[in-house]
Amino acid sequence: MAAGSTYTPIATNTLSSAASSVTFSSISGAYTDLVVVCNAGVTASGGYTLAMQLNGDTGNNYSGTRLSGNGTTAASYRASNLNYYFAGLNMPDTLTTNVIFHLMNYSNTTTYKTALIRMNDVGVGTAAMACLWRNTAAITSINLSAEVGATTLLAGSTFTLYGIAAA
Amino acid sequence: MANTYTLIASVTVGSGGVASIGFTSIPATYTDLQLFASLRADGTFGNAWYDSYVTFNSANLSWRDIIGLGSGTPSSRNDTTNFVTLGVPSSGATASTFGNVALYVPNYTSSSNKSASMDGVSENNATAAGMGLHAGLYSSSSAVSSITITPYNSPTVKFAQYSTAYLYGIKNS
Repeated sequence: MAAGSTYTPIATNTLSSAASSVTFSSISGAYTDLVVVCNAGVTASGGYTLAMQLNGDTGNNYSGTRLSGNGTTAASYRASNLNYYFAGLNMPDTLTTNVIFHLMNYSNTTTYKTALIRMNDVGVGTAAMACLWRNTAAITSINLSAEVGATTLLAGSTFTLYGIAAA
Repeated sequence: MANTYTLIASVTVGSGGVASIGFTSIPATYTDLQLFASLRADGTFGNAWYDSYVTFNSANLSWRDIIGLGSGTPSSRNDTTNFVTLGVPSSGATASTFGNVALYVPNYTSSSNKSASMDGVSENNATAAGMGLHAGLYSSSSAVSSITITPYNSPTVKFAQYSTAYLYGIKNS
């Protein structure tokens, strides 16, 4: 990876208080790929994954496959026709979850958009995800939430959007 | 344009190998840390990979993982010591083959506990190989100022010549 201008921070958000969601909007099409790095938790423990919605699309246009381990059992799971990218396993009510999204070729207007996601929390386990958004539009906004407002994100949670340019 | 993805330090192992690979005095001027390593051990462990352990500030991490060995059902493990990566082929693996380790540490200077993401793979032209996804937690309010990877049974077992490791700092602004 070349240093410097090929890996650029676009925006960052540290929650000063609990919030239902975080949005990165007006994302430039100037990069090749996007990376979103999250260090987060939820206010109501258990049962909530980090969710990503793209371009404000709240329809059932997302699907994903998950490989996970909870420390004793390995599992694979998938779901179709969801209304968000689901980012691994449920988050606890501590700032111990990290999630890294890789959104490839996000600005093309020909193909559906895919993502590779890694989620980690020692309290619940580790997971890798492959997700699909059935839309050919360039990604211009990203919304992150705890399952679309099922609960709120903890104060102190951090979210950073990076752009990666091929050249 | 700001230099936001910066090489902090690198290691290339010379003849005779090394007992461990460590990065010390990591500056607190970045937001996240990313470590990429290409490693091989000079010992055998009964597997295609050689258990190697990651510490922060010389301290253990608690961890959970999921691993696949090339056959059978993947499994999941957990422990509070010896944060292990499967990304280090043993000396019995296919010659000239080095594994891959990718370690990411968000908010490594935070006063909260630090959560880490690690992937490790050891390819091998044989029945058994190894790959693992690992979650780690460094339970400390201290910034991560050193990262060390050590093979099991070090210093008897060493990282082999031509192993490499690169530590990057990433800024969010």
